[in-house]
This record gives sequence, C-alpha cells and structure tokens, in this order.
Amino acid sequence: MEDGTILTELKDRFPGLVLEASAPLGDPTAVIEKNGLVEIARFLRAEPQGFGLLLDLTCVDFRGERPRFELVYHFYSLARRSRLRIKARTGEEEAWVDSLTPLWKNAAWLEREVFDMFGIRFQGHPDLRRILMYDGFDGHPLRKDYPLRRRQPRLPVRE
Amino acid sequence: MTASRKGRAGLPAPAGPWLTTRFDRMLGWARKFSLFHYPFITACCGMEYMSTACAHFDLDRFGAGLTRFSPRQSDLIIVVGTVTHKLAPVLKMVYEQMTELKWVVAFGACAVSGGIYDNYAVVQGIDTVIPVDLYIPGCPPRPETVLDGLIKLQEKIQGGKQDWRWKTGRS
Repeated sequence: MEDGTILTELKDRFPGLVLEASAPLGDPTAVIEKNGLVEIARFLRAEPQGFGLLLDLTCVDFRGERPRFELVYHFYSLARRSRLRIKARTGEEEAWVDSLTPLWKNAAWLEREVFDMFGIRFQGHPDLRRILMYDGFDGHPLRKDYPLRRRQPRLPVRE
Repeated sequence: MTASRKGRAGLPAPAGPWLTTRFDRMLGWARKFSLFHYPFITACCGMEYMSTACAHFDLDRFGAGLTRFSPRQSDLIIVVGTVTHKLAPVLKMVYEQMTELKWVVAFGACAVSGGIYDNYAVVQGIDTVIPVDLYIPGCPPRPETVLDGLIKLQEKIQGGKQDWRWKTGRS
C-alpha cells in the first residue's frame, strides 16, 4: 500500500482531531489533538491498519512556544510495511497525555523515560516512576529550563 | 672450610648466593609485582582494557595478570569508563569491600574528570567519590599508556613507605 493512504484515511475518519497531515522526506506524519490520541491509536493498532509496533515514543521541549511540549510517536505496520509518525502537543500547565500502555506494552518504559526526562504525566500508566535517574532526583533534566550546570550527586563530594 | 668463613657481623655466611635488603624495600617489591586487579568497567574504555590485558600487550608481564572479579580478593581497582551519579554508590561499596592495602586507578578521560560528559548525569571524576592513586588520561588511552601508567603505579608502590599493619598491631 502507498504511504499516503493512511494519512487520507486518518483525515477522513477523524476530521476534527487530525490538525495537519504531511509526508516530509516520504515519512507520513500526522499532527493530532492530544484528546484524540487513544482513539486514533486504537484505530491504528486494529486490523486492517495493523500498526503493531510502537518503535519509539519521545518528546520535544519547545520552550517559549505554547503549547510547550510535543510528543512524537513512531509506529510501524508489518502488514503495510510502512511507518507512521504521530505528533501531539501538550502544554506546560496541563503536562499530561493519555498512556498507550494498554495498547502497546513497550509504551510502559518509553513513557517512564519521557516522564523522567520531561515530566510529562501519562494518565492510565500502571507504574509511572523514574526509569533512568535515581530516586530523589529533583526536576526533569531534558527540559530546556533545567540548569545546565546543576548537579545532584547522591554521595557527598570528597575534598 | 665453610666454618672458617665469617660474615660482616661475625656470623657465618650462607653457603649459596645471597643478598641483603631492607624489609621495607622487599615488601614493596613483592607488592608491586603481585597486583590482583578488579576491573570496574562501565563503558567503551573496556575494549582498550581488554586489549591491554590480553596476550598482545600482556598485563601479566608486569605482575598484574590475575584479574579477580571479587573486590575482596583484589588490591587494585581499575575504574574504566563513565561513572554516573546513579552508579557512584556502587563504586563506593565495591571500593569499601576491598581489603587494605588497596590502590585505585582512574582509567580514561571519563573516570579521570567526567570527560566529554559535563552534564547532569555523570560524576565529574571518580576522585569525588573514592581516593585515586593514578590517573591514566586518554579517550580511550592506548595500551602503551596503560602499561606506562601501571609502571608508574608500581614505582609509587615501591617508593612509598610500606604499611605494616600486621606488625604494628593496628587493624
């Protein structure tokens, strides 16, 4: 199947939720409303779309813009042999988004990483804890307003 | 005939070849050539450590061939690679498990100073966690540099005053 078809399908099916659809460098990309994330994800996961693989889930901090954060999801469909990128914006005050863990199990750790690094809360996540930084670490280091030189050693520094 | 030979102090000299030394020097000599090292390896410098330890460069030529994977059996810990703040308590625990006498080598730029990782996650030099005897720079250091470092450590062990805790009764 062609890469363009999934985008037209999405636009036809979720007219209010898909804000933008394009295929930069041949990779179909849809920008969606974050409220429609689970609905659209469930549609993509089901047959015949069959986007069974959540390849990556990450976040971008556009400090100074509103809404501030952009979540980026990369999906792959084995049936279609095609990729799909979904982007959704969320603001600083309401820094949360629905969890995709019920649909893709590997989302659990990816969401924990995004929570750890950016402080985005995932509603419905079974175990939203830090995954890379240690307990007691304060703040979210990949946010652009985390001070570059801030250090939080776990042990007292010698000398 | 042997009975008539006298040593300097008036005692009979031994029959075979013999030498005199200070006990301190002998202890240092024994210690520097019997280093049992514990490799605390976390990152890419490990490849260079392996290269140094294996037959091509052969750490064993310098009496440091016995790699021990228990800190309780080692007297030299070689910290190879990046140490994060998350890992720092583990490094300290491993160090504290080693029995006295012990020496620490910081291997490579990351262990020495944090290297290129001047960020929120990485310890800026393991000497902020445990005392370090020898720093080996390089990203990664070549095996020749490591061997040179090992020789310098041996000089340090030999040159310093030996610790005789078992003799003085301190524990």
